[in-house]
Amino acid sequence: MNSTPPSKHARSGPVADRIFGWVAKSCAFLTLGLLIAILTSLTVNAWPAIAKYGFSFLASTVWDPVQEEFGGFVMIYGTLATSVIALVIAVPVSFGIALFLTELSPSWLKRPLGTAIELLAAVPSIVYGMWGLLVFGPVLAQYVQMPLQAAFAGVPYLGMLVSGPPVGIGLLSAGIILAIMIIPFIAAVMRDVFEVTPHLLKESAYGLGATTWEVVSKVVLPYTKTGVIGGIMLGLGRAIGETMAVTFVIGNFNQLDSLSLFQAANSITSALANEFAEAGEGLHQAALMYLGLVLFFITFVILTLSKLLLSQLRKSEGAKT
Amino acid sequence: MMSETLKKSRAAKFAHRNRVNQLATVLALSAMAFGLFWLFWILIETVRLGIGGLSLDTLALMTPPPNEEGGLANAIYGSTLMVGLATLVGTPIGVMAGIYLAEFDKSGWLANVTRFVNDILLSAPSIVIGLFVYAIAVNPFKTFSAAAGVLALALIVIPVVIRTTENMLQLVPAGLREAAYALGAPKWKVIISITLKAARAGVITGVLLAVARIAGETAPLLFTALSNQFWTSSLGQPMASLPVTIFKFAMSPYENWQKLAWAGVFLITLAVLALNIAARVLTRSKA
Repeated sequence: MNSTPPSKHARSGPVADRIFGWVAKSCAFLTLGLLIAILTSLTVNAWPAIAKYGFSFLASTVWDPVQEEFGGFVMIYGTLATSVIALVIAVPVSFGIALFLTELSPSWLKRPLGTAIELLAAVPSIVYGMWGLLVFGPVLAQYVQMPLQAAFAGVPYLGMLVSGPPVGIGLLSAGIILAIMIIPFIAAVMRDVFEVTPHLLKESAYGLGATTWEVVSKVVLPYTKTGVIGGIMLGLGRAIGETMAVTFVIGNFNQLDSLSLFQAANSITSALANEFAEAGEGLHQAALMYLGLVLFFITFVILTLSKLLLSQLRKSEGAKT
Repeated sequence: MMSETLKKSRAAKFAHRNRVNQLATVLALSAMAFGLFWLFWILIETVRLGIGGLSLDTLALMTPPPNEEGGLANAIYGSTLMVGLATLVGTPIGVMAGIYLAEFDKSGWLANVTRFVNDILLSAPSIVIGLFVYAIAVNPFKTFSAAAGVLALALIVIPVVIRTTENMLQLVPAGLREAAYALGAPKWKVIISITLKAARAGVITGVLLAVARIAGETAPLLFTALSNQFWTSSLGQPMASLPVTIFKFAMSPYENWQKLAWAGVFLITLAVLALNIAARVLTRSKA
């Protein structure tokens, strides 16, 4: 047994360890600080508008940079309406895709199809936007809006919903493009959570004679509801904060006179993208910052809610077993 | 008599269950087709119109005024520079914070709050990051600058890298760490040369995905780096980037600008998809 003392290198450990740990900790702190800094700086910069309008900003529909009168309701409505349209389309489709990928697809097709859907998520939003404006919009106007206008001409309410010039911009095209964008996100989360369902549970159900649909709806879905809700919330958060795709196709026009799905409208993100760089300092910029703060607040609430909901569901599931 | 009705109702129930199942199968199939349909439509149009607008001039010439010949050279250069610098700034911070979460503080309150905040930042609208950087890095200096653009992009890189680093480090078996500790290695050395090395492929994947994400980001650059018609390497000046140039050109009525925008969209899509596929190949060969 020869006992050589530990090398100097090893003994220098504690000091280096402390430095390393300190650096790692400050990087983690930086992330925390970032959220606080974002909230603070947005609030400070939006303060002139907050002080002048208070919460009535959220309900006012006036947006007049020349007269310096600002209200955010039109944009907030546009953001929520497009996101709801997107969710209505995306949730069932994503569920179908996840169902296909986990239960129906032959195994040699699973990987290429899964990858294809994930690539759909990677395509930058500006590509969706440009495609939506120059390719999809005209198609939508010609093959969907014009027939609908012809069919609903003179019908109250329904006729109003499809009125407007057939150029393919507005709430509906923005909603559809958002749906295409969030389908891969929701589908990927759903697929991942469907796959964690224990095989034993699924095989027991199949063994009792359950059909594929019964296995999915009565075994997989109840088991994975936390993840499914999480995926939908994630998609909703994406849709609300999405900027470029919406900016291209929503038309960026502040109006609420027509509730038509085909009329140019505006969303928070598109107003920011179009107006902020040109906005003069002062109330206009402050009002846009206020909108940004509202947007951040909405996404914050949605993500927090989804996380709380998920941990609650997880807890109750843990209690059952 | 009794068993006859029972049989009948069972047969009816069975038929009904089968019909429901068939309906669900058909719907799932059509949902899959629906998803793929959009992917192919977008890719085909991007390739068709993009290659139509692409030429050697696209890579060699500066962005032109309306209705004149030109290319995207300065925008491509600006994008590459800003994305590269943002990755260089964001990666070490993200990796270190990920190390903190996975190795130093797995379940303390600070780690949990950080994880929560990081999840929020991960899904936070990128345009809000743009507003924030405008407030702290553009407004005080009274000029749009490439440095502000780099900062905005770096802030988007950090949460992505934190998330993947933490997840990948957690996959490293505890036995590996314990073996290194048992040999007397200090903690920093265990992390740098054992755990981080074991998780290398995953961490690099995270960085690649972060690069792919910021390469196409437009919103945070709109009011930080703005755009520039000329070639510049100065970080103190506005700098052109591919996404912002595409935005400007695509919304314009000029035909040559729209053509260049399609070429730009083609280049970005190509780069982003290549990065994603590279990231996938990397994790697959290691896993």
